[in-house]
Amino acid sequence: MSVRRLAPDAVQPASFAFDASNREWVKAQIAKYPPGRQASAVIPLLWQAQKQADGWLSKAAIEHVAQVLEMPPIRVMEVATFYTMFNLEPVGTYFVQLCGTVPCHCMGAEDLKKTLKARIGDERHVSADGKFSWLEVECLGACTNAPMVQINDDYFEDLTQETLGRLLDDLAAGKPVKVGPQNGRKASEPKDSIKTLLDPALYDGSLVGGWKKAFDERAAAQKKAKEEAAKAAEAAKAAAPAPAPAAAPAPAAKAGPEPAAAKPAAAKPVPAKPVPAKPVPAKPAPAKPAAKAEEPAPVGDEFKPDLLKKARGGKADDLELIWGVGPKLAAMLNRMGVYHFDQIAGWTDQNLAWVDQNLEGFKGRAKRDDWIGQSKKLASGWRPTNAAGDKPAE
Amino acid sequence: MLHDRDRIFTNLYGRQDPGLKAALKRGNWDGTRHILAMGRDWVIDEMKASGLRGRGGAGFPTGMKWSFMPKVSDGRPHYLVVNADESEPGTCKDREIMRHDPHLLVEGCLIASFAMAAHAAYIYIRGEYIAERIALQKAVDEAYAAKLVGKDNVHGYPFDIYVHHGAGAYICGEETALLESLEGKKGQPRLKPPFPANMGLYGCPTTVNNVESIAVAGTILRRGASWFNSIGRPNNVGTKLFCVSGHVNTPCNVEEAMGIPFRELIDTHCGGIRGGWDNLLAVIPGGSSVPCVPAEQIIDAPMDFDTLRGLKSGLGTAAVIVMDKSTDIVRAIARISHFYKHESCGQCTPCREGTGWMARVMMRMAEGRAQKREIDMLLDVSTRIEGHTICALGDAAAWPIQGLIRHFRHEIEKKIDQYSANPHSEPVRVAAE
Repeated sequence: MSVRRLAPDAVQPASFAFDASNREWVKAQIAKYPPGRQASAVIPLLWQAQKQADGWLSKAAIEHVAQVLEMPPIRVMEVATFYTMFNLEPVGTYFVQLCGTVPCHCMGAEDLKKTLKARIGDERHVSADGKFSWLEVECLGACTNAPMVQINDDYFEDLTQETLGRLLDDLAAGKPVKVGPQNGRKASEPKDSIKTLLDPALYDGSLVGGWKKAFDERAAAQKKAKEEAAKAAEAAKAAAPAPAPAAAPAPAAKAGPEPAAAKPAAAKPVPAKPVPAKPVPAKPAPAKPAAKAEEPAPVGDEFKPDLLKKARGGKADDLELIWGVGPKLAAMLNRMGVYHFDQIAGWTDQNLAWVDQNLEGFKGRAKRDDWIGQSKKLASGWRPTNAAGDKPAE
Repeated sequence: MLHDRDRIFTNLYGRQDPGLKAALKRGNWDGTRHILAMGRDWVIDEMKASGLRGRGGAGFPTGMKWSFMPKVSDGRPHYLVVNADESEPGTCKDREIMRHDPHLLVEGCLIASFAMAAHAAYIYIRGEYIAERIALQKAVDEAYAAKLVGKDNVHGYPFDIYVHHGAGAYICGEETALLESLEGKKGQPRLKPPFPANMGLYGCPTTVNNVESIAVAGTILRRGASWFNSIGRPNNVGTKLFCVSGHVNTPCNVEEAMGIPFRELIDTHCGGIRGGWDNLLAVIPGGSSVPCVPAEQIIDAPMDFDTLRGLKSGLGTAAVIVMDKSTDIVRAIARISHFYKHESCGQCTPCREGTGWMARVMMRMAEGRAQKREIDMLLDVSTRIEGHTICALGDAAAWPIQGLIRHFRHEIEKKIDQYSANPHSEPVRVAAE
């Protein structure tokens, strides 16, 4: 934070009001925001007021904006003193803002500072003819064109002490100047050695619409898959009453011994974890057997995902954070060579299917619980609210 | 090197006309109607499947962010807010999008708004980008005139887009500070929860996305999630704009595949390190907020989120600041500390007071006017700021210093030794504990 105060009373003008063209402009600005939200326009209005009043904001201007926007003057004062682009004291006709942040600092902003100091004087000091004043500001966002200055509205980039000196000379003499890079570049391309975006086909319109065929095919395939899934679900529903009693107890029975089998030698009493509350028995079990019947043939070993011999850096991720993975499954995955979320996140559906069919006693769970989706989230650093994982949205 | 036809930003260098007619020829607005016809859920699913991670620095999956918006409106309007307040030192990619490829952004706004049932989008562009604001406004006006957006547009989805600007506050790049600023207040971050997806702009569900994240949406959906997903490395997919600044022979912006090795990035596009590879000292790989990485660790590292996190740094906005051996690294990091002191919004005490304290100590260390035991004190203070503030600015101020001490403690000590070896009339000051 920096202390920002209004200019002394001696330089404050007695009054300020938007001129006729700005009054029209103000109306258009306020119309951008929902009714009653005209306060949103405060920054654009203050900026316009500053432009109208030779580049700085007086107390009268701040009060006028408050009146126009029907805001308490203190709220506008807060905004005017918070944002550093509002100049609270007079500036030169050419107000030079020198970027001094790291990329420019590394590329010679300190030298430019010397030039400005020699030519104009101290920071925030208006030169005797009233033409120039300068200020060191923080990153102006033209870092590949460092070092640079902004003079009033325009960026002047790729400067050296000589080119900046010449620029100031030209401005003082009222000569036209070239905005942008001063070393022959057009924008932020590598100087004299562009190696990209050279394919003329990108620009002659020949690639327009080329994606449509593949897009339609993909869309049709997705639609078909969706319909089939819906059909399968329908069929499962229809077939539900018969296999229901037989199927339901099976997974439930399996879920029971899971914690005990997982870490028989573990000192910690794992069974305290409420495994039965996990989705296996709770889910509508009847739908599964029927759906399974529709499943495609098993996937071959060519879809075996990349597996690790041991965890990277000797430290595996806590796979139990995946909803539906308990200690037993985690151990099984580790044995298989899966230690990290990003491994799972990188699988394709086929990889997942391969892993799924190689899980003893848990077939179908990897897909059902969307391990890939969950792992993607986990790999990005996100963590669930409880240690058993968050249930994926249906 | 990424193939030209796999590049999304085909007018990155502004060698073509940014206007609508030329943009249409480059494939902007190509079949947007077909994308919208696939429905809201399809768009979100496809974005999720593409694996796009937010390009604003944090790398949060974009499709997932969109899916957090309420599915059914409770009567409040939804908003999309595009964060074009590009002020992270080193970052200058959104500027190129807005002045040279603005139609990709406008189209992306329509698609993203459609996916989250928003009928209005605000683009918050930093105040200093005046020419860029005019360029973007021109593109928006063109899109209105061609009825591509607006209440009654050819896509059949009423949608308005507004360009708003700030006035020079780094903190307004933080999403909740940006919303405060957009509401006409000081840009001070809000406590979360409630998250913007529930209570954002004007108390309505809002999603804030970076310019690049939005601008790539159209192309991803046209060419398919699998195309985007096939570029790069698992969990770090797609193409990314890299802004390479500092001591390379030809600093530039360039779109490359995620996970491109640092050496390849610099040799292919930036003409190598100034003075050769042996002259490389350190790299700040993701904008000033991330810790620097010394040369030997970064040279062959793939530039992606997970690898750089492994190096105790981060990809951030992919703003690569290269420093060769002529750099006074302690002074460079002291300059970063000055930046955070200047940009702290003043809301939380650890940051308001801590950034100033750290900047003062760093300034003394840059001159050598310090005690060696202060290095540990500085490290300790930085960890007390990190994680104890509402927004991440406190963290961002602490990390560069922690990176400096981790890798270049000897440089600080050398400066202190040099200073104390020479006679000075003033006694060396020590920070109060």
